[in-house]
Amino acid sequence: MMAGLVAGVDVGGTFTDLVIFDPDHGTVRLAKVPTSLPNQAPGVLAAFDAAGADLSAIDLIVHGTTTTTNAVLERALCKTGLITTEGFRDVLELGRRTRPQAYGMHGRFVPIIPRDLRLEVPERLDARGRVLTPLDEVAVEKAALALLEMGCESLVIHFLHAYANPEHEKRAAEVAARVWHNDYITMGHALLSESREYERGVTAAVNASVQPLLERYVSRLADQLADRGYAHDLLVMNGNGGMVSARLVSKEAVKTVMSGPASGVMAAVATGRRAGMPDLLTYDMGGTSTDVAMIRAGKAPVSNEIEVEYAMPIHVPMVDVRTVGAGGGSIARIDAGGLLRVGPESAGSTPGPICYGRGGTRVTISDANLILGRLPAERFGQAAEAARAAMHDQIARPLGLSVEQAAEAVVRIANTHMAGAIRMVSISLGADPRDFALFAFGGAGPLHAVALARELAVPRVLIPARPGITNALGCVVADLRHDFVRTLNRPLDSVDIETVHAVLAEQEAEGRRLIAQEKITLTGTRAEYSADMQFVGQTHLLRVPLPSATPGREEMQRLFEAAYHARFRVDLPSIKANLVNLNVSVNGMRPEFDLSALIDPILRKDRAEPMASRPVWFGGWVETPVYWRDHLPLALYLTGPAIIEQMDTTTIVEPGCVVTSDTDGNLIVTVPQ
Amino acid sequence: MTKPGLDPVTLAVLQAGLQQVCDEMDLTFSRAAFSPVIAEADDRSDGIYSAEDGSLIAQGSKGLPVFVGVMQFSTRTIIERIRSGETAAPEPGDIYIVNDPYLGGTHLMDVRFAMPVWWEGRIFCWLSNTGHWPDTGGAVPGGFSASAISAEQEGLRLPPVKLFKKGVLDTEIYQIICSNIRVSEQRIGDVKAQASALLVGAERLAGLMDRYGDDTVTAAIAEMRGLAARQMRAMIDLIPPGTYRATAIVDSDGVVNEPLTIALSVTTTQQGLTFDFAGSSLPCMGPMNSVRATTLSSVYLAMRHIFPDVPISAGAFEPLHVIGIEGTFLDAHYPRPVSGCAAEVSQRIAEAVFAALVQALPDRVTAAPAGTSGNFGLGGHDPEKGRDFVMYQISGGGYGGNADHDGLSNGCSTIGISKAPPVEIMEQNFPVLYRRYALHEGSGGAGAHRGGFGLDYEIELLRGHARASFVMDHGRVGPQGVQGGMDGAVNRVEVTRNGDVYVPPHLSKAQDITLSPGDRVRVRTPGGGGYGDPAGRDPALIAEDVRLGRYTAEQAKKLWNWQG
Repeated sequence: MMAGLVAGVDVGGTFTDLVIFDPDHGTVRLAKVPTSLPNQAPGVLAAFDAAGADLSAIDLIVHGTTTTTNAVLERALCKTGLITTEGFRDVLELGRRTRPQAYGMHGRFVPIIPRDLRLEVPERLDARGRVLTPLDEVAVEKAALALLEMGCESLVIHFLHAYANPEHEKRAAEVAARVWHNDYITMGHALLSESREYERGVTAAVNASVQPLLERYVSRLADQLADRGYAHDLLVMNGNGGMVSARLVSKEAVKTVMSGPASGVMAAVATGRRAGMPDLLTYDMGGTSTDVAMIRAGKAPVSNEIEVEYAMPIHVPMVDVRTVGAGGGSIARIDAGGLLRVGPESAGSTPGPICYGRGGTRVTISDANLILGRLPAERFGQAAEAARAAMHDQIARPLGLSVEQAAEAVVRIANTHMAGAIRMVSISLGADPRDFALFAFGGAGPLHAVALARELAVPRVLIPARPGITNALGCVVADLRHDFVRTLNRPLDSVDIETVHAVLAEQEAEGRRLIAQEKITLTGTRAEYSADMQFVGQTHLLRVPLPSATPGREEMQRLFEAAYHARFRVDLPSIKANLVNLNVSVNGMRPEFDLSALIDPILRKDRAEPMASRPVWFGGWVETPVYWRDHLPLALYLTGPAIIEQMDTTTIVEPGCVVTSDTDGNLIVTVPQ
Repeated sequence: MTKPGLDPVTLAVLQAGLQQVCDEMDLTFSRAAFSPVIAEADDRSDGIYSAEDGSLIAQGSKGLPVFVGVMQFSTRTIIERIRSGETAAPEPGDIYIVNDPYLGGTHLMDVRFAMPVWWEGRIFCWLSNTGHWPDTGGAVPGGFSASAISAEQEGLRLPPVKLFKKGVLDTEIYQIICSNIRVSEQRIGDVKAQASALLVGAERLAGLMDRYGDDTVTAAIAEMRGLAARQMRAMIDLIPPGTYRATAIVDSDGVVNEPLTIALSVTTTQQGLTFDFAGSSLPCMGPMNSVRATTLSSVYLAMRHIFPDVPISAGAFEPLHVIGIEGTFLDAHYPRPVSGCAAEVSQRIAEAVFAALVQALPDRVTAAPAGTSGNFGLGGHDPEKGRDFVMYQISGGGYGGNADHDGLSNGCSTIGISKAPPVEIMEQNFPVLYRRYALHEGSGGAGAHRGGFGLDYEIELLRGHARASFVMDHGRVGPQGVQGGMDGAVNRVEVTRNGDVYVPPHLSKAQDITLSPGDRVRVRTPGGGGYGDPAGRDPALIAEDVRLGRYTAEQAKKLWNWQG
């Protein structure tokens, strides 16, 4: 069968990006248009218009949306009611006994569902799932009616210990469904069959309160695409780095909350695999924050313990992207003791850095980059002068430095902090950053990546062809994916190994069934198995990949001990292993795309010729050649210092580094140690 | 200004670098530890200390707040004892262990490791960490005996001795320790984690010295100390000159049912701030004594809560002078029992500092938070599992209202950062059933900005038999309201046995209350203090609280004269 046109469209905070691949002709069309808010659909349609796309010729559209992300972060949620176990309605408000920062006794917290919409009914299970108090079905119906009366659009049913026995939740959902006015009923155990009532409850509450929004958005968008001639299924990116049909996505809407960062990681996985670099640290620097993830052996890291913001845990499998509080808008200042500090305060995108000319008055990392010649001054006009003056007044004069030295100091300190944060991410995952290549994307990633690599002793930096549309590319290259988690929580030596095999087989069968429902071209289906394990008495979990769906008990013990040793360099032969969770992820694999088409081959020249040069500060002014990325040959060999500019970003190559290219047009910077 | 040769950029980079070394030690320790107290609750801390006097150079930002500055006292003691010959001199690869509270510590459960970092044949600095061990022997499992009257009842006391010699664990000392503590079989995992955190720190520090040179690192450390002192002084300059007085009350010492008073006056001086505790209660019979190191750390910790930007280092503490503790229960000596100092007395000291300084910095300091760790221990036998158990329930409480907003509900203790365990996990592990886990209604102190709410939980023993013990506080008086605000609700403990309700005479402290199946324990934790005159509260917010059932209409009428 011929592969048709495939489109990936990703909505970011500022821009909506579109990539359309034509596998038959090896060509690509791109578009970047402003994001429309709060309804993102007009922006999506505008992107197709800007690319001049004929929707009837497109075979598959994959969409990354921040509809649910924005709703959660801005608390613009649908009115949602909760029916829960008697005595426990405040669990969602009490949390786990925390405060937002280690130091400082201030802080606020707004529960996802307000107290008057949290109702209790008589029912109770014990920790093994045995019924202590039977479910009062009359009370359930009364509670549902009361919540309808109060104007709730969706409903959460969340009972204590439902992970051990879901019957009460299922029955209560049936009873409520008789009177509820739509399908928006979320049962706590259905998304996450794991103990911890706060985390499971918040996950369910977030799901219910974004479900109607996502459903409305996606179905309206699908209709509008159909009106313009698109004749196939719309697929939506999930936070696990896979995609699901628009028809199914809102049922588990919470899974889309972190989908933006996940698609960037999936693009990195695909790019790295083709480039022969399966071990990558992804580095996506934006205006207010930086996202970091660690890809090992060509696999995206997945975690079920992500906290989206203070006291908002969302415990479904999601790509493990860590956010570092430093971005182009991070503010530099002299503290009360006279020490130069950068961040964590940020000018964000409004007012933003001084050089944006939008009213910012405090010096930021972006301003420092501009002063050092790392960004093209002509793009900033008058505001460049203002940035310089502010750097002089706020940093250089108090420290007795020149403006350039001050700007260099700001960048250096910012890099030290970001490198430290990346080190902490890698150490917490049990890895040494030196064993990885740095995959830099986002608007500001390539500006800092080489310096960061030096700081981290990372030998190579990979800059993909189109760093500014990485998330849209992730939509195009991602696979279909379904994840399953089942909690056993028993010492390995007392686990019935037949049960292990049965659980894994059941999860795999369910995943394959869901994937078979999709009508898109796949090259195959693959299941991956893993176990979350620990030593008895420990609380942290270690994820142990399993080679098959039928592991032996001794084999699991051995794999766990090896993984533990690799992480902590400790052997503990006297202590028993505990099997906590069994996980399966089932992937429907999509055809690979030829990424070399991302930069039009016709524009490429035979030799690297600078289009200009400008002075750039590398400890002193150095006249530095400036190259246009789209003109660089595939057979590339450049030595730093150099600046490589393209539509969506600027790459800085420091003196002493060497830049080459691969056949996909990625830049590979070798950093001397 | 900076010394010649040390530019401000290198200084800032090295400050971040040393901080990073400590943060990596913290992370390594937690990730590899077994004890949930360390692995889950982060009840540990790591730092770098000077070779001369053990003063604090840098400390991990994710350490338990109560350990702010505390290890510099034990490190100093080790250095002094090595000089005097009381403790054997170190060789490369040696790691000392110590938990003696009177030699610069907290309570016995906080076990410290200390290791010199060698550079070109001499000691460049020390690395040290503290981990809260689940048990160090003594009368009760876990060490929190509410009725101990001497140190020996609280557990095994270790002077500084080498646990690792030239990198090898001394199995003889280790066996002595294991023979004196409960659940010793998992301790080896924690010991290895605690030691490996120090080794990781040493490796990272060596990386910095290689890259920048030990002279530069030394110069940076000296400069950082001066900078931190300047920064703290600049913060102190925000305080209008004068003397600010406050008191805080500990319910009782657990043995003698009399309140203990912390009397504090804070005075601005040329040199900084003086914290005078003269007039505080005498050393007490029960375990609510504090040792000098913990008292000082509690003051540092409170200041860090008020000025979170000032890095933790000896320089930041330089302008803070603590006096008047000699002869009071805030400077207890052997053999006074001290198990309550880290968890409870420390929080009363912090409350006194908050209550004094909110008068000077009303926009920056909050009304009093619940300020108790809410330790409820239950030990007994579970016939279904055929084994003994020891369970701990810690709980949060309301935070104080402040100039900007209402207090947070169910916040963790002032001195902690650890999460409480989920009800489902507790019921999986122990023969108990939670009847309720709810907001302590009406508990937030009234004010223009009210205090946050405490927690109201009730636990029933399902089978077997058990004994309940409590080490909590604020049962006698609630967390202080400020600027015209009212106090938060007090902590309440009620034990229902055979239908009869029993309230412990010490209100927040009791030991070994026998429970049979069906008996219940209900705990209501304190609400935060209110901030500002209640008359200044927006009536819409009062109505909202009533609508949400956080206060009854009658309570709102009484507290705010609400007419809705």
